[in-house]
Amino acid sequence: MTTIREPLSRPEPRNALQRLGRGFADFIAEVGFASTICFSAIGCFRYAFAPRARAEIVRQLHVCAVKSLPVVSVVAFFIGMILALQIGIELRTYNQEALTGSAVMASMLREMGPFMAGLVLAASVGAAMAAQIGTMAVNEEIAALEILDIDPVRFLVMPRMAALVVAVPMMSFYTCALGVLGGAVVSHTQLAVPWATYFQNAMDFAGEKALWVGLFKAFLFGFVIATVSCHRGFRTEHGAVGVGRATRESVVTNFLLILVVGYFVTRLFY
Amino acid sequence: MIRFEHVTKTFGNGKRVLDDVSFEIAKGEIFTIVGPSGTGKSVTLKHMIRLLTPTSGRVTVGGECVSEATGKALSRIRSRFGYLFQSGALLAWMDVADNVALPLREKTNLTEGEIARRVDAALDAVGLAGEGASMPSDLSGGMQKRAGLARAIVTEPEIVLYDEPTSGLDPVTSRRIDELVSDLSSRLGITSVVVTHDLHSALSISDRIAMLGGGKVLAIEPPASFIRSTIPQARAFLDAQYVTRRGAWEKTTEE
Repeated sequence: MTTIREPLSRPEPRNALQRLGRGFADFIAEVGFASTICFSAIGCFRYAFAPRARAEIVRQLHVCAVKSLPVVSVVAFFIGMILALQIGIELRTYNQEALTGSAVMASMLREMGPFMAGLVLAASVGAAMAAQIGTMAVNEEIAALEILDIDPVRFLVMPRMAALVVAVPMMSFYTCALGVLGGAVVSHTQLAVPWATYFQNAMDFAGEKALWVGLFKAFLFGFVIATVSCHRGFRTEHGAVGVGRATRESVVTNFLLILVVGYFVTRLFY
Repeated sequence: MIRFEHVTKTFGNGKRVLDDVSFEIAKGEIFTIVGPSGTGKSVTLKHMIRLLTPTSGRVTVGGECVSEATGKALSRIRSRFGYLFQSGALLAWMDVADNVALPLREKTNLTEGEIARRVDAALDAVGLAGEGASMPSDLSGGMQKRAGLARAIVTEPEIVLYDEPTSGLDPVTSRRIDELVSDLSSRLGITSVVVTHDLHSALSISDRIAMLGGGKVLAIEPPASFIRSTIPQARAFLDAQYVTRRGAWEKTTEE
């Protein structure tokens, strides 16, 4: 599919109503373009096992998972610690601080794990994707690919999407595990909950459904981050200023969509 | 080979960049488009490969209408072209050899050995032998452009479009690029369309020169008659580069 948009020839809107209509029409067109990118990239998954595509997916996976590990680790550990502290202090007023592990586990598995992994990867990997593809767009590298008859969606979006739909669930699971561990440290040191009690209660609450729904959310976040970031990248124009704008818009849009998708998945399963 | 039929292009701000442009380029010809900045030279080039679509009129390549082509038809037409961008447009994360090899790896079934042989030959032709392992960011602007040229010709296309092939290059390298364009045309019968400000280059290599001004084709003439042009815009363009009616590089406008 072509990803290059020609400048449109159309008259300037003459009043607020026309501007509103133009804005709405442009919004619908962009949603349509982003959806086309998403479904075209999914259609290109059949090329994912070709040697060169496989190598690119592994390279992207390294960027998404391995290089994001330090920041995800810090975020996950501290989220677990904060949750344990806030919940534990409340539970202690009822002498129920031993249940801190259950609450931390449930929060991390159902919401915080996929949510925090999604946000961190959107802010780091997604922003980098938008900036890279945006720079390619303003340097005419995307046009060069099209002229060489190389589909930019297959060549650029598919490997990034494939990497993200694997990496976000992996990072989500890792965030949950490290968050529960962070909670354990706080529960033991601040709330005097024995390690064994904390982990026993946590594991009792580690429902299979919560785990799978959380991973499903993270899987969807992978599609969202790849689609939004690449879409904003392809739409970049006006040089360095445009690259900055595309990066900012990709982060903001990703954050909003992660919240919205997260809510509707929760609504669907609970 | 390439035919423009009453092509008009208007952009979003209402600016008419091309205004009823018609011309035809013959197979194997070196056709050069010159003119002041902002007169639609690159826009004309981009219409040939459907990076832009005419607001009205049509562009055909070998009888196929590129202005209306989509999908596989557009792929088939584009596979006949090589395109040199002003900036080179190399992929920043690949080294030069991988950039040049990209169309061969993606669009052919050649072995890696054959690809390496053709990449080396293309890099040698543009004077970049031994630079295959360099990253684009390690090259000067002129070298990036030459690497882009190697990528454009490595598939041995029927038509090569050159957008400012010699801008930013030193005179010796510029003449080398000129010789390469001439050589590709005479040896392989490649049709070349060159957009340039470099009149010395245009007069040296072209079969015909088109002068654009105000979105219109002001003149299409062979170099020998182009330098005698009496059209005011063409004369001003020639005089500004010290090209007299007798020939180039006599630094006088006196006749």
